[in-house]
Amino acid sequence: MAEVVIPIGPQHPALKEPVNFRIIADGEKIVRLELDLSYNHRGIEKAAEQRNFIRVLPLLERVCGICSHSHATNFAKGVEEIMALEIPPRARYIRTIIAELERMHSHLLWLGVAAHEIGFNTLFMWTWRDREAVQDTLEEMSGNRVHYGMNEIGGVRRDLTPAQIQAALSRLPVLEERVRQYRQMVESEETLLMRFRGVGRLSKEEVLKYGAVGPTARASGVDYDVRKDDPYLAYAEVPFNVVTDTSGDVYGRTRVRVGELGESLKIVRYCLEHIPEGPIRADAPHTAPEGETLSRYEAPRGELAHFIRTNGTDKAERIDIRTPTLANWTSVAVCLVNQNLADIPVIVAAIDPCLSCTSRLTVVNRNDGTAGVITFDELRRRRDRQWDRQELR
Amino acid sequence: MTDSLFLLVYIFLFPGFAFLILYAWALSFLDRKIAARMQQRVGPPFYQPFADFIKMLAKEVINPRGVDWRLFDAIPLVALAAVMTAFLYIPVTGASPLAFPGDLVVVLYLLSLPAVALFLLGWLSRNIFAAIGGVRAVTMLFIYEVPFFLAALTPALMAGSWSISDIVLWQQKNLWFVFLQPIGFVVALVGLQAKLERTPFDIPEAETEVIAGPWTELTGRRLALMDLCVQVSLVAGSALIVALFLGGPALPWTLSPPWLNALAGFLLFLIKTLAIILILASIRVATGRIRIDQLNDIGWKYLAGAALVQVGIALVINYLWVTP
Repeated sequence: MAEVVIPIGPQHPALKEPVNFRIIADGEKIVRLELDLSYNHRGIEKAAEQRNFIRVLPLLERVCGICSHSHATNFAKGVEEIMALEIPPRARYIRTIIAELERMHSHLLWLGVAAHEIGFNTLFMWTWRDREAVQDTLEEMSGNRVHYGMNEIGGVRRDLTPAQIQAALSRLPVLEERVRQYRQMVESEETLLMRFRGVGRLSKEEVLKYGAVGPTARASGVDYDVRKDDPYLAYAEVPFNVVTDTSGDVYGRTRVRVGELGESLKIVRYCLEHIPEGPIRADAPHTAPEGETLSRYEAPRGELAHFIRTNGTDKAERIDIRTPTLANWTSVAVCLVNQNLADIPVIVAAIDPCLSCTSRLTVVNRNDGTAGVITFDELRRRRDRQWDRQELR
Repeated sequence: MTDSLFLLVYIFLFPGFAFLILYAWALSFLDRKIAARMQQRVGPPFYQPFADFIKMLAKEVINPRGVDWRLFDAIPLVALAAVMTAFLYIPVTGASPLAFPGDLVVVLYLLSLPAVALFLLGWLSRNIFAAIGGVRAVTMLFIYEVPFFLAALTPALMAGSWSISDIVLWQQKNLWFVFLQPIGFVVALVGLQAKLERTPFDIPEAETEVIAGPWTELTGRRLALMDLCVQVSLVAGSALIVALFLGGPALPWTLSPPWLNALAGFLLFLIKTLAIILILASIRVATGRIRIDQLNDIGWKYLAGAALVQVGIALVINYLWVTP
């Protein structure tokens, strides 16, 4: 077959969110690809700058439906840093418990999606069944399955009762057993090995060059985890290991995630058993002094960075969110080349892309390469012009 | 008169088309239900395949721009007709009245037609995903067809006849071929799984890669008929394996009156095809989808090799043990 252009997305069964790849393939081999991002720009950063800190938290929680706690915690952490506010230990532990439960449900979800991409629907159904146990725990603690609403500047909004802690502890043995089972499955199931081994390989050098983060980086042997390298919340006190792998392919990323499931279970167990008594929030001022910070957080998908600049009011002057997916995109585009057409879904899924969280807009003038801002009126004019053109057609 | 009436009943009612379609729906339901229970899902109600069929018949038929709609209408019908015809030669209650020396070859070729039909559909669709799926379907045909044919023809080699009914008769007198040719049985099962495009061989219609492959542009009654074609292939394929390797509907002794004999044979047929479905569903649930280049490796290195070894063993047994 000659070279053909295969459009994947923005609507495609393998993609849960809109993104567009134009794959130029020679038969079943990918020659090169063009990536078209940002179908779903939602203007959250701008909206966050219009609200005071109390109202920003629920908004940032909605950046992502899966790592909602990550965004809220990261922002709260950054603002507390600027305010020089120390939060009570019990609040730190509760935030850690929710964060690790979130990582577990995210990784279980990912394992199911990756299995579905290679048509292994049994694993998909099983992991999503077990994810329900995690979600039930989260619902018991926070009242919600997706957006937990636990954070507040200065601490958390809800305390954990002894009964909730007991209920969570009672679910852990089953999950531990299941995670053991999944690890065994991932390492021995033949079709899974055939589809994951040697697919989408990234060397350690490539990972460092393209700045990949999270499980994608750790699968290539880059020992980088914000929880260990720049400890926040309760991570400095909790014993846990950073899971790495040396294979650098989809198989390695799967092993890292399944390993992290085990580590998260250990962290949750430790935190639930060692949670200190005391208040759950400190009294926070309404305004933050002038200052800026780069708040970092190990989200399930990798390092999440919030840049926050405050100016002495109760609103942030600038919030910039760098999601892990954005850091990982380049590595995907690199490792797709020369791969098999059939491996696209699984390679793309291997970074666990969260596309709508990543959508940003920069207007670049193609002629001189300058980037800038366009006004709302200009945006409307352009839209009207486009509509006119469509009507003429 | 009674003879031609019997033939009409055989072809159109039992065990011909009417029974075939009902049984196809029943097996397709069981296949889905077994898979669902293994995956810890609830699964569909028993009438789901029938309901799907009726629903799709009622849906609008959409002609993609620039596509020859006559061919698009005809291909699913041809594919369905081919597999339904194939089933007529496979013994259900006893030897098929339509049997003739050589019907095994006809059945094998008729069962290959759906794959060719899928390729044509994909090629005609003028849709890149359908085209890729169609090319994959026909590539797969070249990979699994040789081992499947070899495995299916080895019983004929031993029984000394190209007629499925005669092969069943031979097994009734001697021994089931599954015991004489276990390798061939496994190869035939794997080949059937690939023929029916079920996981791990659902490469042409891999949802996450090529949408629905050749099925992408099928709508309404075309989709309904093509779906029915696959369900009927499931029955015809498993019935063929039952007849070739598991002794078909034949009992080791003859019961009287004849109708009791036929009834017992029919029950045996049901039990054996259900067992085959159970195996096929388990394979489907326990695996992920492999890539076409990996299938190529497996198909030619192992499946074809194993089938050839089986042919060799069969020839040696034939030489040593001159059958009565």
